[in-house]
Amino acid sequence: MSVSCDLLVIGAGPAGLAAASTAAKRGVDVTLMDEQVAPGGQIHRAMESRAFKAESVSRADDERGVALVAEFRASGSRYQPGTQAWQMQADGKVYVTDGARARVITARRVIIAAGAIERAVPIPGWTLPGVMTVGAAQIRLKTITYKPPAETWLAGSGPLLWLYAAQVIEAGGRIAGILDTTPGSNRMRALRHIGGALGHVAYLKRGLTLQRCVRAAGVLVVNHVEALEARGEGCVQSVRYCVKGDWREAPAALLLLHQGVIPHTHATRALGAEHHWNVLQRCFVPNLDSWGNTSIESYAAAGDCTGIVGAEASLLQGHIAALEAARALGKLTPAQRDELAAPHFAHLWRHLAARRFLDALFAPRASLLNPADDVVVCRCESVTAKQIRDAVVLGAMGPNQVKAFTRCGMGPCQGRLCGLAAAEILAAARGKSMQETGVFKVRAPLKPLSLSELAALEE
Amino acid sequence: MSNVTVNVEGKAISVPAGESAAGAALAAGLTHTRVSPVTGEPRAPYCMMGVCFECLMVIDGVPSRQACMVPVREGMRIERQTAVEVWK
Repeated sequence: MSVSCDLLVIGAGPAGLAAASTAAKRGVDVTLMDEQVAPGGQIHRAMESRAFKAESVSRADDERGVALVAEFRASGSRYQPGTQAWQMQADGKVYVTDGARARVITARRVIIAAGAIERAVPIPGWTLPGVMTVGAAQIRLKTITYKPPAETWLAGSGPLLWLYAAQVIEAGGRIAGILDTTPGSNRMRALRHIGGALGHVAYLKRGLTLQRCVRAAGVLVVNHVEALEARGEGCVQSVRYCVKGDWREAPAALLLLHQGVIPHTHATRALGAEHHWNVLQRCFVPNLDSWGNTSIESYAAAGDCTGIVGAEASLLQGHIAALEAARALGKLTPAQRDELAAPHFAHLWRHLAARRFLDALFAPRASLLNPADDVVVCRCESVTAKQIRDAVVLGAMGPNQVKAFTRCGMGPCQGRLCGLAAAEILAAARGKSMQETGVFKVRAPLKPLSLSELAALEE
Repeated sequence: MSNVTVNVEGKAISVPAGESAAGAALAAGLTHTRVSPVTGEPRAPYCMMGVCFECLMVIDGVPSRQACMVPVREGMRIERQTAVEVWK
């Protein structure tokens, strides 16, 4: 069955929910589709089924999430959970599947709010069972209050390490230790942006509170970790880490990796929208105007998929993109749109200024982005860093040639996980910038699709 | 939260209703949930949010399902995926 709507919103995180609610309020006929089974995105995951504690480290997020989901539920928007897009066309046709049948949604406007994914930074042994991301463990904590085994190590860099550790402690669990790879020199770099951070001290206060909570619980924190390795037979059994050239090893039942988050750009790239390299955030982001419009007519983007902005700013970008959609659909005059959007822009600038401090403070350690030859980079096709470097020697100029030479990025994840990591290795091997190097081209279907799903498509 | 009973590799296990099939497989004690069709190495769920496709499993007889994206249902059959299932 085909669906037609004025506005299709893709993604039910803060940006998507805010966009749907705001557009619906202006009389726009909205359909919101999301690949998860319940609204909230990753940050507000399982919002409607979770039990909340009044005194929680995530209380402010939770309260915002509950309000956001409730407002969306009451907005009159059509909601299609468990639905993935596999092709997007400039004519507003978006092909989707619910895992059983493919369908087409025809929309006059589309707002892509695909959110963020965790930056994959390959280390030796990261394909071993028992090595996961911090985000993965946090999802289990949110959905079923899963407490990790006692010999759980967190390794990497970024606010999520501290948030997750604090949440585990709050849930009565334990963490063996945090192996922090944040380079010491980041602090000096971040200081340049302290002015912006002081404009929004909530971020700073929250970070300090989380760190205090984790340290007070007696969690071992190892700073200045230069290199990491997961070891084991059949599953992870220990983690090795290097501090000042000195390797140490500790038993591990679960190793959780995290190197910050990057925009999930598969949808905007599949669409063929223009992107550029964001130097401070070390990721590709779509080219947008101030209303979130992409380079493709009638397609906008909002939230973390446009560059990492965080949940609160994502919500503001969702409102702004929705007001622009309402204007484009004739529900608001440009003057009305401007007036309604003005307070959102004012708040947004404050968040974005503070974000630069966090970006600089948690910039990934450069040496980790260029792993040793024998490290698997593409997990799906088991392609190593050496195979990528060899492809360069054979004459591969860009990511798409590396893909053709090695199958890197050609497995079921279609380069979602390894795309940026492979591009970093390629850029370093060729001595080129990331902007010049680019990333894999994304082609339809942008999610694997079975022939029976495709056969169910009626146009 | 209520519980549902699923069948992981032939063994019944009770899990919370909000759990995913991948989560149920981990709760059932499976260390690996699939075998890499390229190298034959054991692999297990990595991202739990639909990005990495490491959690591909056979669910109710259908191969290559992203187990982290499939919510558990009463009586669901969840099985490890080896290269053989992919080509069936």
